[in-house]
Amino acid sequence: MSDRGRRAERGIAVGFAVTVLGAALAAFGYVSGHDRLLLGLGFGLAFAGLAAGFTLWAARLLPQGPYVEEREPMRSPPEEREALESEFGRPAGRLPRRMLTAALGTLGLAGLFPLRSLLVHGPSPAVALATTAWRDGVRLVDQDGYLIRPERVVRGTMLTVFPEGHRDTGDSMALLLHVDPARLDLPRGRESWTVGGIIAYSKLCTHAGCPVGQYMRPEERLVCPCHQSVFDVLRGAEPVFGPAARSLPQLPLRLGPDGVLVAAGDFHEPVGAGYWRPM
Amino acid sequence: MILRRLGRTGWRWVDGRLRAAEITRTTLAKVFPDHWTFMLGEIALYSFITLVATGVFLTFFFVPSSAETVYGGSYAPLHGSYVSAAYASAVELSFDVRGGLLFRQVHHWSALIFLGAIAAHACRIFFTGAFRKPREINWLVGVTLLLTSLANGFVGYSLLDDLLSGTGLRIGYSIALSVPVVGSWAAFLLFGGEFPGNLIISRLYGLHVLLLPALIATLIAVHMAILIRQKHTHFPGPGRRDSNVVGSKMWPTYAFRSLALLSGVLAVTFGLGALAQINPVWIWGPFKPANATTPGQPDFYMGWVEGMIRLFPAAEFRVFGYLVPSPFLPAVALPLLMVLVMYAWPWLDRLVTGDRGRHHVDARVRDRPGRTAVGVWAVAQTGLLLFAASDDLIARWLKAPVEDVIAVLRIVVLAGPPVIAAVAYVLARALRAYPESRLTTLEPRQVGAALGLSRARPPRRRVRESVVGGRPDVPSEDAPQVVDAGGRHAG
Repeated sequence: MSDRGRRAERGIAVGFAVTVLGAALAAFGYVSGHDRLLLGLGFGLAFAGLAAGFTLWAARLLPQGPYVEEREPMRSPPEEREALESEFGRPAGRLPRRMLTAALGTLGLAGLFPLRSLLVHGPSPAVALATTAWRDGVRLVDQDGYLIRPERVVRGTMLTVFPEGHRDTGDSMALLLHVDPARLDLPRGRESWTVGGIIAYSKLCTHAGCPVGQYMRPEERLVCPCHQSVFDVLRGAEPVFGPAARSLPQLPLRLGPDGVLVAAGDFHEPVGAGYWRPM
Repeated sequence: MILRRLGRTGWRWVDGRLRAAEITRTTLAKVFPDHWTFMLGEIALYSFITLVATGVFLTFFFVPSSAETVYGGSYAPLHGSYVSAAYASAVELSFDVRGGLLFRQVHHWSALIFLGAIAAHACRIFFTGAFRKPREINWLVGVTLLLTSLANGFVGYSLLDDLLSGTGLRIGYSIALSVPVVGSWAAFLLFGGEFPGNLIISRLYGLHVLLLPALIATLIAVHMAILIRQKHTHFPGPGRRDSNVVGSKMWPTYAFRSLALLSGVLAVTFGLGALAQINPVWIWGPFKPANATTPGQPDFYMGWVEGMIRLFPAAEFRVFGYLVPSPFLPAVALPLLMVLVMYAWPWLDRLVTGDRGRHHVDARVRDRPGRTAVGVWAVAQTGLLLFAASDDLIARWLKAPVEDVIAVLRIVVLAGPPVIAAVAYVLARALRAYPESRLTTLEPRQVGAALGLSRARPPRRRVRESVVGGRPDVPSEDAPQVVDAGGRHAG
């Protein structure tokens, strides 16, 4: 064997020796509890050794070609095509064939019905998407379930609130803010929806449904962290920047009999991302 | 010695029942082209094998359930918190199962490499015209593989029920809602009702470990069966014709090369799994519908959609008095259009070039400047959109208002790709006029000549590369045979 060949064989052997070391390192890493770093590096080293060995082997010890392989054309000769096509004559008359089409068609349609079972909980989309758990008189609670008195909502706080008993809800969460009532410029008809500058909006962005989690003071803006839609708190949370096109729905508030904040009804429009609905 | 003997006995036992000698020999003599770009698809294949192997390990520990549990594992900051069983098991897998975190990280890294390799492979096929007749079917299979793999990647990282992926899932749900007429029903059928519900994790699990991997494996099998039937393309060069394949034989040289590649892919993924943290769900925290992480980016292969959603203006409109919400255009209509163009590309290409010939010799990237420009456009567009998916991070780094960053990004994403594509077009034309030049040796004078600005040397008109190779396209009754051509080819 040539010098070059002998050198290559030694190189390959070194590569596989690295694999032995790597495997031993992996085993040691596992046993000693270094089960991410040493186990992973051990396996990595072992495979790197294999890769080096096989690369050298392929490049130095094996025939390099080039070899030439002829291709068959990717098209059957006409007589073969015709021979195959003649196997598929029409085995029956028109009536059975038509009936078979009808049979398979209805069977396929019937097979679609069980898909409805996938909708397991709750009402159909049109109802579920249009409503939340808020009703007139439902008390507001924070994420720990505590009721909320107005004096707790000091100017500048942002509090996430839920309808009492529905803290695990996916659509009812709202933001409670306290702004300067003199600066409020809400759409007409909402004058009574706030309690002394305390105002509540749906927390779900009207763009893609992300929780609108950032509050910028003193501009009184809400920012969605997902796609940077910006809403103007003072003007009914109308969108002023970004991909959201509709205002955050406002939750009408009033003071309950025991001095805690309660809702005065559900949101007046669907919360969260838009969907195919009459508008 | 004993092993060799056992091997021979075993082999003869099999051959005594299957008569496999001849077909095995023919298979082992299959010729693979010698260029490294023909191994990109193999990287994807080996990542898929890694994904299945590590994924099976993960299934033994992961609990695909939304049931609320109290976390009691060894990661102290989460002690006593109410989390879903899925999230708890993912954290326990990371901290309390020996090797669990390593295999989780290797699994995630492999998924990124899998999709990266598929994209790189698709680029090679595109730019060299390897999708042309007779390979249109495998182009369709390949595009479907890309989409299925994208879907499985997204579903996979959504399983863990952490705050980051839960937010991504909510965006996915909202995108589904935005589809006219059927959107809300589709979303409700998938989620079992209104978001989030308590069914989605177990449903995604079924998709992630059963349906989608089975689909991917089947498509890979079809992809490779067609490849073996049609044989590889090869790059132009001396002795390379539409009627042959020039390269290395499967056994032994190519098999060893490929084993080296498999080992290399595993070495890289295990190295990354050991050293580079990925998706630390215990830091993101459990998913709560009222919270979101910030900043949050999806895995890179979803970045192009995310970038479009972020940059697209608030474009809501009404059809027949019904609302079509703003995610519809950037997240449904435009991606659908891009996918349709990808599927239709072999026929669009034929429409533009008028080239209906059968090709087994690849085009050089320079041969079709128009096609090259389209490909560069697509790559630049997806790349810039991926960049734009981090607009919040960019704003933070630049300490600039995010509104300004978005305004600049809109211009860059719209104007950048056509400019880059135009540059690619000009360079391809110049290279085509000077076939001996490479991108690195191209002189300004030559680019000028290609543009018609200078008359240094009139561009040489190249013969159309669509001409079918010398041999007539007639069937041969000869079995494919391997002939040693002797001597090496230069290229």
